[in-house]
Amino acid sequence: MTGLNSERLWRLLCSALCLGIIVFLISPMVIVVIVSFSSAPFLTFPPPGLSLQWYRKLFGASVWLDAIATSAMIMLPSALIATTAGTAAAVGLARGRIPGAGLIASLIMAPMVVPVIITAAAMLGVFRVWRLQGTLLGLVLAHATLAIPYVVFTVLAAMRLVDDHLESAALTLGATRWRAFWRVTFPLILPAVLSGMLLAMVISFDELVVSIFLSSPAVRPVTVQMWSDVRGDVDPTIAAIGALLLAFSVSALLLETVLNRQRVRPFAAQADGTVTQGAAR
Amino acid sequence: MIDRIDARGWLVVPAVLLVGVLFAYPVSWLLVLSATDPEPGLRNFTTLLESPVYLKALWNTILISGSVTLLCVLLGYPIAYAMAHAGERLRRLLIFIVLIPFWSSILVRTFAWMVLLQQKGLINRTLIEYLGLIETPLTLIYNRTGVLIGMSHILLPFMILPLYSVLNRIEPSLSQAAASLGAPPVRNFARVYLPLSLPGLIAGSVLVFVMGLGYYITPALLGGPGDVMIAQLIEMQIADFGNWGLAGALALVLLLGTTTTFLLVSSSLIEGVR
Repeated sequence: MTGLNSERLWRLLCSALCLGIIVFLISPMVIVVIVSFSSAPFLTFPPPGLSLQWYRKLFGASVWLDAIATSAMIMLPSALIATTAGTAAAVGLARGRIPGAGLIASLIMAPMVVPVIITAAAMLGVFRVWRLQGTLLGLVLAHATLAIPYVVFTVLAAMRLVDDHLESAALTLGATRWRAFWRVTFPLILPAVLSGMLLAMVISFDELVVSIFLSSPAVRPVTVQMWSDVRGDVDPTIAAIGALLLAFSVSALLLETVLNRQRVRPFAAQADGTVTQGAAR
Repeated sequence: MIDRIDARGWLVVPAVLLVGVLFAYPVSWLLVLSATDPEPGLRNFTTLLESPVYLKALWNTILISGSVTLLCVLLGYPIAYAMAHAGERLRRLLIFIVLIPFWSSILVRTFAWMVLLQQKGLINRTLIEYLGLIETPLTLIYNRTGVLIGMSHILLPFMILPLYSVLNRIEPSLSQAAASLGAPPVRNFARVYLPLSLPGLIAGSVLVFVMGLGYYITPALLGGPGDVMIAQLIEMQIADFGNWGLAGALALVLLLGTTTTFLLVSSSLIEGVR
């Protein structure tokens, strides 16, 4: 009886603690969203009433509209480059028996591990000389480089679950190497490729540190604009832009979750896989 | 057949070129500058070791990352435990809840803490107006408290997820066996469960600590003048002083700190994965 009671107490304690921690994890995001609908003229919580004034202000300000457009123009090509190069590299690493594969893999994964402030400073130094600093192309290339390891990581995990004998079977039946890949292997890894691309998009859209170093007044993504405003006088427009960024990340996460469910089942590695996904920030 | 397999190896070339030219070359260039700019020699490193400002920032970096790691262990363990022992639906929900902050922008989350922690923020207003616990507002931002709260919040998922993946694989029968042999819950936890969870705890701690070492945005926004970390020094050397050699030296120190931490614990990490 005492054993049962103490077990119940233990469980109750654990649930209460967990609830508190979940509130800690989630409440900042919820609060940004609520503040963005505030009717007050300044940042205060809880807001005295609700209104859409900050969104109206946001979508009426050319500074923010330009910044959103810039972010999109960086995100789309960089995600495309990262997904293409990353998927190809994952297939190469998984299938081609290359000498020094370990070394090549660590090189490709390095942007995920090296502290991003170092990457940012280093890129600024070299990109200045190459005249890429402050240009759209520079930011596209930088974001693509940062996102490649995440795509490789995601697709490599999927490649390990696809039996290469399937492709060999297609080859013996007369398919070309190219056709065998596109018709047999690629459909099987497609969900992973798409989630790698989503990840690359989120990394680019949310990226700040490298962007601070590489942007210019003419080419200024949303996060850099928000960064310079947050340090000045803060008004709830920032909450509105923050809420938009959150909406973007959460929809990407929802999509990723759906894709994940359709992946091959034995995916115990997934929990470890997601761990490294945010490491570049 | 062999040459066909080898042919697919060429697919790594675009990624290697991109990462090599746009990442590896710039980073090596910056690190080399530490010993060559403004003149060849170890001047930059002696400057680092002789200046109290830089030493203070190095110490801050280690201390803040260490404290954040500890906080993340305390906050992350219960959640990871709950995730590992919940039913399928609750588990999915919890994973989703942990992944939301994980996918969200660091800047937005730091901004949220600025709103919460400010003088007239939610926390102070709750304590003063709604609960009446205190009279004068607490100083929660632009100091160490703000940095620790913000960084723990941002790094917590990196503790929870590796820990969960280990806890999830612990055989429940082991704890049951200990219980049936008469071990009280606390003792059972300390002697059976906790040691089995150690690999996850170590993996999560290393991840949080190492990531914390290089943090820039959160300490810059939530910290005060006494909480400057090494990443802010790197930024300052470049943006304010144009001193690339010293920035390179700081980068080298930061990189050495992160890699040695990884290497020191890599053996236990590998054990944890197996």
